[in-house]
Amino acid sequence: MPVLKTIDPLLEEISGPTPSQILRKRVTGHSGLLFGVGVVLLLVIVAILAPVLAPHDPYAQSLANRMVKPVFMGGTWEHPLGTDHLGRDYLSRLIYGARVSLLIGAVAALISGVIGTAMGVAAGYFGGKVDTVVTFLINVRLAMPVVLVALAVVAILGGSLQVVIGVLGLLLWDRFAVVMRASTLQVRRREYVAAAQAIGASTPRVILSEIMPNIANNLIVIVTLEMAHAILLEAALSFLGLGVQPPTPSWGLMVSEGKNMMLFEPWLVLIPGFVLFVLVLAINLMGDGLRDVTAPENRG
Amino acid sequence: MLPFILKRLGLAVLVALTVSFISFSLLFLSGDPAAALAGETASGEDIEAVRRLYGFDRPMLVQYGEWLWQAVQGNFGESYYFKLPVQSLIADRLSVTMTLGVCGITFALLTAVPLGVAAAIRPNSIIDRVALFLSVAGQAMPSFWFGLILIVLFAIQLGWLPPSGASSWRHYIMPTIVLGYYAMPAIMRLTRAGMLEVLNSDYIRTARAKGAGEMRVMFKHALRNAIIPVVSLAAVQMGFMLGGSIVVESVFALHGAGYLAWESIARNDLPTVQALILIFSMFYIVFNFLADVLNAWLDPRMRSS
Repeated sequence: MPVLKTIDPLLEEISGPTPSQILRKRVTGHSGLLFGVGVVLLLVIVAILAPVLAPHDPYAQSLANRMVKPVFMGGTWEHPLGTDHLGRDYLSRLIYGARVSLLIGAVAALISGVIGTAMGVAAGYFGGKVDTVVTFLINVRLAMPVVLVALAVVAILGGSLQVVIGVLGLLLWDRFAVVMRASTLQVRRREYVAAAQAIGASTPRVILSEIMPNIANNLIVIVTLEMAHAILLEAALSFLGLGVQPPTPSWGLMVSEGKNMMLFEPWLVLIPGFVLFVLVLAINLMGDGLRDVTAPENRG
Repeated sequence: MLPFILKRLGLAVLVALTVSFISFSLLFLSGDPAAALAGETASGEDIEAVRRLYGFDRPMLVQYGEWLWQAVQGNFGESYYFKLPVQSLIADRLSVTMTLGVCGITFALLTAVPLGVAAAIRPNSIIDRVALFLSVAGQAMPSFWFGLILIVLFAIQLGWLPPSGASSWRHYIMPTIVLGYYAMPAIMRLTRAGMLEVLNSDYIRTARAKGAGEMRVMFKHALRNAIIPVVSLAAVQMGFMLGGSIVVESVFALHGAGYLAWESIARNDLPTVQALILIFSMFYIVFNFLADVLNAWLDPRMRSS
């Protein structure tokens, strides 16, 4: 038996969980991540299948059926979430509103991600003057009040989906730049980067195949958080009447339109705001969860 | 210390100049400011007259230089809409926004710091979970929606508080909560993380070994060290909050500088908008500068960076 005892720890090491098993266990054990991914996936599917799922045309007005109550407040299944002040089916508008929110969030996060990552990685990798300039630009960007500048620019250029996406994309790169700069600084001094440089890899190659894969997990986390940020900002701009314009079904706009009837029909405000809250919560939980699972040491 | 302060001051001035330039160039984003100002029905001659009257015919940099020179002296031109000097319009409204900002950050600190400390003392306890829930929910809460819910609940259903306006201290309660809740999650997380780190340090063990009471350890030794980064975060958040007051002020019809910004943007009143962007930025720059100096004063290691 003593022989088996000495082999035992070795056996344990061989038969222990593999890195992918550990990762799978971390993912399935993280309820926040599962909830976040589940809700986001569900809403993405709803957004894609909107024409199939929506019971009515989200733009079709019916003055005879204005402000019908939702089914849980004594309404009928004809309009499960009731109708708004123009008689448009509320559920259908909510479903199409998911498209607006997700599209704006995803594209704005993509644009700002490209800008911020390019700036941050350049600053972290090259250092010196490049770093000084990027850090200065980050400072300038942080000093500008986002909501105010976004409102002003959208008001001047006119509130369309493209303008809102563009303005948010050009404004929200600061966190990408800050985090990517810090991550690149950390990775740049690793031995494999020096090794790649020593065998004569070009600078773009070092950045793309040595640096980027090793900071990608941080990037994904910031993408999710900024997507949530962009969705909240779009809703706020539309709520203030200077974002997406009617009759586009935007959740922020729906809250704004329901506001005037809030005294008698509070659900007109409660429903779209709640859906917005759940989507942003889910995206944030997904981002936090991804960070916990891929890089637990970065937990803040 | 002095070289550090001077360096930061220089940076702050450069940032302020850049922001002022961006803010000024908004005027040219719309294309021809003279045509916009003259209105849709104006003839070519009218537009030319407006262009000369407002000096839009000169080089942009000259106009910027003059605008900045006047702005530094506190003169932001005349509001297109109100036909009043912009600075007097803003001065009237700024006290409302400042009051709201100070109340908001006070509320955020008074709720976030005790919660963060309690959460750090007993990680994974009920309090920790409640604190985590509040901060996660706070980050996802659309502030305009939160404000409307409070109005429905406390003004309409219960009738305890006035729904809008700014004529008494009771009008500030709901806006304070909404604005403060916006800053709370970050402060709470930082307090918790800082306390957790400090509580595991050697000097806390030493204090306990000496027989210091638990309260004394927590407040005299631990919190004192953990609070340093929180104070500078609060200063930065204050700068952000003043810029964020535009949403809260419009929900509660609180006629502060944020509300003025909203009105002016909707009315294309560019001189007022430019001035407000510059002023809100200046608040952020000043608070950020103070936070940097405070940090460096409390922690000499920060001075080298």
